[in-house]
This record gives sequence, structure tokens and C-alpha cells, in this order.
Amino acid sequence: MGDLAQEIVRDLPEITAATDTRDYLAHAARFAQRHEKYELIVDVDAHLQEAQFWPEIIELLENDVLKQTAQTMLKGGMAMPLSNLAPGLNFQSMAGRVPHQSGPRERTDDPATAGHRFVQIVRRTMDTMGVDYQVIFPTSMLLLGLNPADGVELYLSRAYNRWLCEIILPQEKRILGMVYLPFNSPEACEQLVKEFGGVSGVVGFTVTSVRFAPVHSPSYMRLYSMIEDTGKPLVFHAGPNWNDASFKTLNRFISMHSLSFVHYNLIHMTNWVINAIPERFPKLKVLWVESGLAWIPYLMQRLDHEFLMRQNEAPGLKKLPSDYMREMYFSSQPMEQVHPKALQVTMEMINAESQLLYASDWPHWDFNPPHTVTTLPFLSDQAKRNILGLNAARLFDLPIKRLRPRPEDVVAQRKTDVLDAPAFREAREEDAELRFPGQA
Amino acid sequence: MPEVNIGKASSFQDPGRRVVEIGSVQIGVFQLDGKFYAYENRCPHLGGPACQGKILPRVLEAVAEDKKSAGRVFSRDQLNIICPWHGFEFDIRTGKHVAISKYRLRPVPIRTGGGDVYVTLPRKGESGP
Repeated sequence: MGDLAQEIVRDLPEITAATDTRDYLAHAARFAQRHEKYELIVDVDAHLQEAQFWPEIIELLENDVLKQTAQTMLKGGMAMPLSNLAPGLNFQSMAGRVPHQSGPRERTDDPATAGHRFVQIVRRTMDTMGVDYQVIFPTSMLLLGLNPADGVELYLSRAYNRWLCEIILPQEKRILGMVYLPFNSPEACEQLVKEFGGVSGVVGFTVTSVRFAPVHSPSYMRLYSMIEDTGKPLVFHAGPNWNDASFKTLNRFISMHSLSFVHYNLIHMTNWVINAIPERFPKLKVLWVESGLAWIPYLMQRLDHEFLMRQNEAPGLKKLPSDYMREMYFSSQPMEQVHPKALQVTMEMINAESQLLYASDWPHWDFNPPHTVTTLPFLSDQAKRNILGLNAARLFDLPIKRLRPRPEDVVAQRKTDVLDAPAFREAREEDAELRFPGQA
Repeated sequence: MPEVNIGKASSFQDPGRRVVEIGSVQIGVFQLDGKFYAYENRCPHLGGPACQGKILPRVLEAVAEDKKSAGRVFSRDQLNIICPWHGFEFDIRTGKHVAISKYRLRPVPIRTGGGDVYVTLPRKGESGP
């Protein structure tokens, strides 16, 4: 009883956007014991929330006019100049119900000794969730493909790629990144593939899906050929867009978000397959990110059904559309888990054991910790191993070598640090009256 | 199952909340209209720290007699605890998800006596991440 009584004193505070990531995700660390035996855990989609790092990215703009414009806006108090994100429609945090969506506002250590603030936060995330590698994507920049201002996507993407490759990746080999392709400028994409494709830590090339570009356009064929030659994947990352004409009739964020993240990848995948791009680039690996999983069997069935009747409109195909889709890669988040039987069938239809890659989407409001996969009852142990890391190792050519600490050690160390803090010691003394019934 | 004194009842605000960690068990304790409620600090969704989230009134759809919606309004009598991981909302009085009651926080026995508040710890193995 005595030992237990000593432990009673720990009060847990409300979680806010300022909560340390290690405390926020402490429960995920407990679940991480379920994958402790697995050799490699790769999170293929986590996010930079770039607002607080925006001045650093602006600093790297190589167009003087845009740079002066953005810096003037920054001085005037605008959070993200040149971004076409509409702040008034940013409902992701559900009015503060999910605070991490509004972060990170936690304290970090001196960057001179501990590294860039973002690097510190990603390390905390990986260590607490029990992840060896995390692939970073931007957040607000997911909408950049629809920015109407001249040259903004072109120059901001280049600045972001430099920030990623010159500042972040060299500081932590467990952080991986994708080259952002300014898809509205195909020749600039080719230049970026040449310039950044070989940087250590770059594992692919991403097209932000929120755009109205036809992926089968002839202007992209040289780009696809170049990417195919690198051996690294082309990645379509989905996103939200409430300004899409069809979505303007949707009156709640939940409605727009449910459809939008699927909508653009549905369109790009349809164009990709019906125009037989996989036949033209048979070695080009393609990964579809953040549309969940339910859309894939839906599209497989729709395209297969119509293809058998209208083969003359897709003459480049030598097999069913679903057969091409089954050879592509998909990220797991947000995993629709409410209907387990449907999820099981979905995983069978996409060959999840070899084609599915675990993704957290942290720190976004619908994130999935690794135990989203380890707790699925219908997957074999080998399938879980593959989805959580080995498939990504194959796709990104990563060494299968454990780099993560034991999550429980991270949490224990964090607890020790907090207990030793002066503010907590004072609270502990105040709680000295806590006791068991009948105890003196 | 040990019963633990977690402090004076008078130290709780009303409405108020305190989350305590006792050994490896985390319990959210709430006072609402003079009554205490306690739940394990573990969301039935993905295990998040549900009791450490924001407390807000339930949001309702105001529908008039003519069936027209007047938009969303806060409930005047129902208060929810909201899991900070993904936003699952639970009625503080019942621990049940506000829409789908099969999702619920695991209740912890709680009582007051002699001005103090006592919770009964779950059996070992009953609680977990």
C-alpha cells in the first residue's frame, strides 16, 4: 500500500496545443509494445504544420519580388503570406477539441544543441509512437496547386524543397522527405527531380492532388520517365478544397473533408489507369496518400465494370483496371475502421500485405497511431510487419535496421524529467494528504 | 480492488475535472451538479487520453416545428468530455458517446465520505492502454 500511495500524487493536466508531444502521445507509447518485436516501423505520411516555420521558407524564395512581397506581409502580421489556405475555413481542430491540430506550441530545447525545433518535435513523435522513420509532407502547401498568383507554386515549392533538403534532412536521418513538384510547371518539376532527387533522405516525388491538371497530359511524360529512372516513387497526396464548385453545396466541414480527400485521387487515378500510364512506364512506382482505403475497391469495381463494355475507350489496357491498381501502393490513413468486414475485404482487394504502407498523418486531427494496424484482428503477423515497415523499406530502399528507442523508456524518462521539475515537486507536496482509507 | 482517497470533495470545482494517475492507472474524475463521476482515462476508439480533453456542452441541431434547421446550438444541460486525439465526445454523466452509445468510457466506482472523494481502482489486467 505504501508504495502505491506514493504514486497517487501525479495529476495529469488538460491536453492543449502547448502539451509536449511525448505527453500527448504517451498512450500510444503503451500500445507500441504490440509492435516492439517488429524490426522496422515506417510512417509514410506525417506533416509539417508550416505556419511557424514560414519565415524560414520565405527567406529561401529565389524570386526577389515574391520574397519582398511575402516579407512585407509577414511584417504586417499575416501568418502565411502567398499561401492560398483560407484561414476562416480552417475547421480542422474542431474548435479546439483536437488541440494538436493547432500546434505545435510546445517548448523545445536550444536549437544550437538539440537541433532545429521541427526536428526536435519529429524526434519526440517518432520515439513516443515507436517509429523508426517518418516521411514528412507539408500541410498548407497541399493547396498550392490552385494558387492563381503567378509563379507562387513554382518559387514556394523550390523554397520548401531547399528548406527540407538543406536544413531539416541533414539533421536527422530518421526524417525522410519528398520533393514537392510544382505540377503546374512540368519543366520546373524536371529540374527539381534532377536537383533534389538524389539528396540523402529524399525518398520520392510528390504531386499535391488538389489541382485540375490532367495527369495524362503529354507535358508530363518526360517527367514520369525521369522519375521512373530514379527508382523512387511518384506520390499523389490528397487534400481538402472547399472551393471546388461541387463542394460549395456542402455546408459542413465533415462533408467536404469526407469527399474532398478522396475526390482528387479518384480523378487522378482514373486518368492514370484509363490512359494506360502504367503500360507506358511499367517500372514507375506510384503511391497514393491520405485518401483512406474505402475508395479503392469502389473505383476498382466501377472501372472494371465499365471497361469490359467500353474497352475501345481505354485501348491501352492489357488487363482490368483493378489489376493495375493492385500493383500500386497505398497509405493506410485515415483507415475506415467502423465496418471491419468491409475493411478486411478492402485489404484483400488491394493486396495489403504487399502494397499497403502504414501512415499516421500526425499531427492532424484524424491521425492513426501504429496500433491502428497492430490491433486489426484479421491480419497475420507477417502482414502487420509488412504494412508497418517492410513494404516501405522495399519501396523506399531503406535498410531494415531498428533505429527507434523503446517507447516506454521515452515515456519513463519524460515522467522523470517532469517529476524533477520544481513546479511538479511543489504540487507533489500539496498532494501529500492523498491516502488510502484507514492509512495514517 | 483498492479504494483510494483522491482528495477533498470541496477542492473540486463544479463543473470540474481532475485526472489522476495511480500506479499505472489513469482516472478522470468529474463533478457536475454536485455529483461525482469517474472513468478510466482511455478512449474506446484508439486509446487516447479522453479525460484530459476539452469540456464543452453538447452541440445540437435546432430544428423548428416546420422542420427547418436553425443551425447548431449548444445544449443547456449536457456537458461532454472530448478526447483530444480525435474528438470523440462523451456525456460526462453517462460516459457514453453522444451519438453511438456502444462507444463508452469505462466507469470507475466513486463515492464521497467524510468530505473526501474515493475511487476504486480497476483490477490488474482490467485497465490498460
